[in-house]
Amino acid sequence: MADPTTTEDLGPVTTLATPIRLDFEFTPGVAQSRFLRGLEQGKFMGQRCPTCGKVYVPSRGSCPTDGVPTTEDVALANVGTVTTYCVVNVPFAGQSIEIPYICAQVLLDGANISFMGLIQEIPADQIRMGMRVEAVWVEPDQLTPSLESVRYFRPNGEPDADYETYKEYL
Amino acid sequence: MSAAASAAGRTNRPVSVASFAQAHNVRRDDEHNEVEMLMPVVAEVFGAIGITKDDVDFICSGSSDYLIGGPFSFVTALDAVGVWPPKPESHVEMDGAWALYEAWVLLQEGEIDAALVYCFGRSSPGNLNEILALQLDPYYVAPLWPDPVSLAALQARALIDAGKATEEDFAAIASRSRRDALSNPNAQVANDTPAQTLLEDEYVVSPLRRHALPPITDGVAAIVLAAGDKARRWSKSPAWITGFDHRIETHSLGARDLTSSSSTAMAAQRAGLSDGPVDIAEIHAPFAHQEIILVEALGLDDTVAINPSGGALAANPIMSAGLIRIGEAASRISSGQARRAVAHATSGPCLQQNLVCVLEGE
Repeated sequence: MADPTTTEDLGPVTTLATPIRLDFEFTPGVAQSRFLRGLEQGKFMGQRCPTCGKVYVPSRGSCPTDGVPTTEDVALANVGTVTTYCVVNVPFAGQSIEIPYICAQVLLDGANISFMGLIQEIPADQIRMGMRVEAVWVEPDQLTPSLESVRYFRPNGEPDADYETYKEYL
Repeated sequence: MSAAASAAGRTNRPVSVASFAQAHNVRRDDEHNEVEMLMPVVAEVFGAIGITKDDVDFICSGSSDYLIGGPFSFVTALDAVGVWPPKPESHVEMDGAWALYEAWVLLQEGEIDAALVYCFGRSSPGNLNEILALQLDPYYVAPLWPDPVSLAALQARALIDAGKATEEDFAAIASRSRRDALSNPNAQVANDTPAQTLLEDEYVVSPLRRHALPPITDGVAAIVLAAGDKARRWSKSPAWITGFDHRIETHSLGARDLTSSSSTAMAAQRAGLSDGPVDIAEIHAPFAHQEIILVEALGLDDTVAINPSGGALAANPIMSAGLIRIGEAASRISSGQARRAVAHATSGPCLQQNLVCVLEGE
């Protein structure tokens, strides 16, 4: 038994656990607040660059290309095009969706930037680039200023978009 | 020290602070994100000298992701400048004063003629006391989560014990700084309160009373550096950087003499500060007692106006307060209020790392 008054027999310390946790308040800013408030009303709100005319969704308040404020609000369609996708087959900690599932970049009609969305109501092996999809929202009384208001996207039955219409957004 | 080494911080190629802009410093800007905070300041720093981003060859920024708790915030912050056509760009996880140093080194090499430097720091999204504890030695110190006020109080106590300062001195510095801040439109804390009244404050951590602490600030700042023809074209009275250096001391607080700042003294020596007198000094001393340590390390006598802007006691936007010191000093040279000035920036606990920038008019 080691003498509790000395540490000599205990050997060197080889590992050290120092738990760290920090909490933050997120400040979305003026432009991103408009996007989040739009979600609360069941619609996608973007902003247009006055210089190049591109529509960003969500906008962070500036055009990343031109560095100028985006001031014009643009309501976007509820439908868009899958520009690219990934089928998730690997389970991971905290996973809340049954595998396999589809994670896709969706280019909303009227937007010039795609964003990530979950695709449901279709077997994973039938997803394809160019597929037309529509957003499925939570019930109106469940809407919040969060992307959780969008349950997922699903095929809307339209013919696939022409590659030329989304090739710039890959 | 060899002649070459002693000249390392001196300017070979004249570079000027062509333009400086900062946001109005506030306790909490919960209306704007980082991009929205930066955009008007970037527009102002370019607009003041009639240029656009197309006129600079390099962009360097200073910030820390720990402050907003989001990864790669320095990448998204570039949205405030615009990235087309692409430009060489860099970032330091430090105060913007060190981003300015990087741009200055590149200008010394002669490959570029102008650079935009900007920095942003929000203290409000997180708990600054916890965040700053994480810059400490991760094995022996950080797990104790010592807050920056307590560490500064250890330093202030050591200063008093060494007979180098009194609590009255701290109050006098705070009183003077916030009175001077009355003429600084961007100051966060400005008032005319006699030192005697300040001494009635409660201790936050003895021997530091509330007045000896910096305010907690959200703020951003930007500078345009220019060399050669551009420096002349963009400013009628350029503030030339004649010396620039930064030095760091050990991370181990127990191994340092906290009552002096050897790294500041070394940086000042290498930047050629003692080559001539200075009219003003903009010193980044977040805690009142640190001004005493830094004035000694910089070798300044009582003819030098210390922190005419009010300094960090008037506004301490983390990651920006150092660059603002350089901007404030340069502004006073360009306006003719000063002929030669020194600006200082600090980083780390208890003045661990220090940067000295010497500026001159014509």
